Amino acid sequence: MSIVEVKNLHKKFGNFQALDGVNLALNQGEIYGFIGPNGAGKSTTIRILLGILKASEGKATIFGKDAWHDAVEIHKRLAYVPGDVNLWPNLTGGEVIDLLIGLRGGNNKHKREELLERFALDPSKKCRTYSKGNRQKVALVAAFASDPELFIFDEPTSGLDPLMEQVFQEYVQAAKNAGKTVLLSSHILSEVEKLCDRVGIIRQGKIIESGTLSEMRHLTRTNLLVETKEPIPAIDEWKGIHNVQKDGQTLDFQVDSEELDAVIRYVSQYGIVKLESAPPTLEDLFMRHYEHKQETTEGGNS
Amino acid sequence: MFRSASDNIGSLITFTLRKDRVRIPLWLIGIIFFTILIPLALDDMFPTQDERDVMAETLANPAVTAMVGPGDIENYTIGAMTTHNMLLFTAVVVGLMSILLVIRHTRTEEEDGLSELLLALPVGRLANLNATLFVLTVTNIVLALVSGFSLYALGLESMDLEGSLLYGVALGSTGLFFTGVAAVFAQVSESSRGATGLSIAVLLLAYFIRAIGDVSNETISLFSPLGLVTQTKAYSANEWWPVLFLVGFSALLFLLANYLNAIRDWGAAFLHARAGRTHATRFLQSPIGLFFRTQRTAFISWAISMLVLGISYGSVMGDLESFFQGNELLEQMLIAEEGYSLTEQFIPALMLVMGILATVPPIMAMNKLIGEEKKNRIESILAAPVSRGKLLASNLIIAAFNGFVMISLSGIGLWLAAEAVMEDSFSFGTIYGASLVFYPAMLVMIGAALFLIGVAPRFTGLIWVYVVFSFITNYLGGLLDLPEWIEKLSPFGHIPALPVEKMEWTPIVLLISVAAILIILGFIGYRKRDIEG
Repeated sequence: MSIVEVKNLHKKFGNFQALDGVNLALNQGEIYGFIGPNGAGKSTTIRILLGILKASEGKATIFGKDAWHDAVEIHKRLAYVPGDVNLWPNLTGGEVIDLLIGLRGGNNKHKREELLERFALDPSKKCRTYSKGNRQKVALVAAFASDPELFIFDEPTSGLDPLMEQVFQEYVQAAKNAGKTVLLSSHILSEVEKLCDRVGIIRQGKIIESGTLSEMRHLTRTNLLVETKEPIPAIDEWKGIHNVQKDGQTLDFQVDSEELDAVIRYVSQYGIVKLESAPPTLEDLFMRHYEHKQETTEGGNS
Repeated sequence: MFRSASDNIGSLITFTLRKDRVRIPLWLIGIIFFTILIPLALDDMFPTQDERDVMAETLANPAVTAMVGPGDIENYTIGAMTTHNMLLFTAVVVGLMSILLVIRHTRTEEEDGLSELLLALPVGRLANLNATLFVLTVTNIVLALVSGFSLYALGLESMDLEGSLLYGVALGSTGLFFTGVAAVFAQVSESSRGATGLSIAVLLLAYFIRAIGDVSNETISLFSPLGLVTQTKAYSANEWWPVLFLVGFSALLFLLANYLNAIRDWGAAFLHARAGRTHATRFLQSPIGLFFRTQRTAFISWAISMLVLGISYGSVMGDLESFFQGNELLEQMLIAEEGYSLTEQFIPALMLVMGILATVPPIMAMNKLIGEEKKNRIESILAAPVSRGKLLASNLIIAAFNGFVMISLSGIGLWLAAEAVMEDSFSFGTIYGASLVFYPAMLVMIGAALFLIGVAPRFTGLIWVYVVFSFITNYLGGLLDLPEWIEKLSPFGHIPALPVEKMEWTPIVLLISVAAILIILGFIGYRKRDIEG
């Protein structure tokens, strides 16, 4: 069952086309990673899902309900943590946490205290004195303490230190184990890679790639490092080979997945001394699309 | 020890002056400008001693004394009048200036980590404090001399050189005293807000102690620095001893600040920010509770101001009759109506001023919603199961309540003071009714603000243009001979002038309907539009 469903979503701000036909779907109990460069439309998509912005065209539903018309009903069952958490300077962190939990209608004192301890947050301080990371902790504690069915995180860990990032990941994992659905927009690709079942890459208001990581890897290149006894002639001319770097007898290059078999056969004729292969990281996938974008904006073609 | 602790103070003084090369001159120009403007205005308004004596009679009551301090009522020259009406208020402003400047250069810089940068240089530990004290001392001396000599330079008969200099020096020494107070609290308090708050609390306390002393027992006033200021009796008895006390106490405070700074660590304080609540009250866990809580301080400050404004208007009611006779300007502004006393005829004009002023805080409360949106704090609320309608309605209730309290307090204040100073006072109903009749007009203004929030969020500032327009057309309308339809463009132009005119319900119903329409349109717009954050 789709918890979140977005179909052909368009959003215009004046003349600026922020979203140009976004499609995505989140299934119950999965963690969906939403990645893309700044200004690609991640936050706009999320805000339309939250009913804060109105879509110019297209459909966004959560729990099968319309994100704009049934916002209040939907929000009873979800928790949202923005990337830039802005809080009321004259309230304490504890007060804001209770306010946010109270508005949502839940109240789990035990969970709240546990979260405060795990995230090492002092709730008696005024929000004015909190750093960016601490403000994010306030929103995270409020979100995890209210126990919703769907979590929406918009770059939730950009201000957290590595230890706290770890705590965050544990809670997300625990939420998934409890059958919750998570939409995680993030810049930290290692985090997405670690947590997410499926990933969508958005660029210039369009989802350009989506699926499970292994599906996406299949479509892309594998990194190979080869050392042979004899030099391999004309390797750069082979179909599906990219970014060749030579260091004596050692070659470092990327191979399109569908050409891998042919390339290995060819290379093995020259006496392999060493062969290392690595699947592309999410960063490679991401960077490939990103480089592609730069090339096209420069007028090139690839 | 002291020498090395103040190493490099010279360059820090230059640095401090450089940082405040605009701020300090602006404060000084503002204060001095008002200081010399007032006697000129008084001279213009009360050219003869007879008129001044009438004014003295009007002001000789406990309410005024509590507000501005004692004055030389027997010999009410322009000089005595200036001292009576302005010296205390100006001294409060000078105190405020000193407090803000001192904290800015001491605790604020420490809190922001700027002075850490300086302390890593060959700079003494006390150098920054003493550079600040030096700059403020010079500032206050300049203020004392320039305002003193400028007052004398006005060439008004009753304003001699000694009185003028005493007036200026009284201001300057108040500045020094509060420089010392702020310097001490900058050591004591951990945050700049705390230090500023405590210093201003001392300023207000000084004001209230003096107010109590002035109306009951003058010895009590001597315990307040502001009481000492009024005891200088500039332009009449010309007492210099209070200035000596003020300067002496300032020196002690300077020493205390140095001592406290020397015995504490950088960034440390003697008072620690007390831990806030770790849990929200039940009341806070709703949009209305949140809005009320975030506006509480502003609400209370405005409420007190409106009450004080009402009291101060009411306190002059006692002798208005004699005061108005012969003042053409005021007569022209009043509605000439047979069968009513001048005092009664003056009430609608007062109520109008208070009504328009009382509209300012509820509009600020309403516009808070757009401020919250610009600060990206609304999305956290809307991401919870809170509808836009509920959000907007919560804010509207706060604003409407705010306006009701403001207009009520100004009316109540006026009645209380009038009751105290008039022999044959008004009934509470008359006065309260005359103020409350403005509430529908205020609702229209609140409705207009809400309409802009919902329909034209970029132009919410326009509401202030409408407020200023209302004030000019209605308050000065009679004076400017504006056609009546222009006055009617403002909701305040439709309010019956109680108690002189009869109560009319038609315009009231009309205004409430207009407010309702604006509010409904605003709600429709707000529910349809994008929220920025």
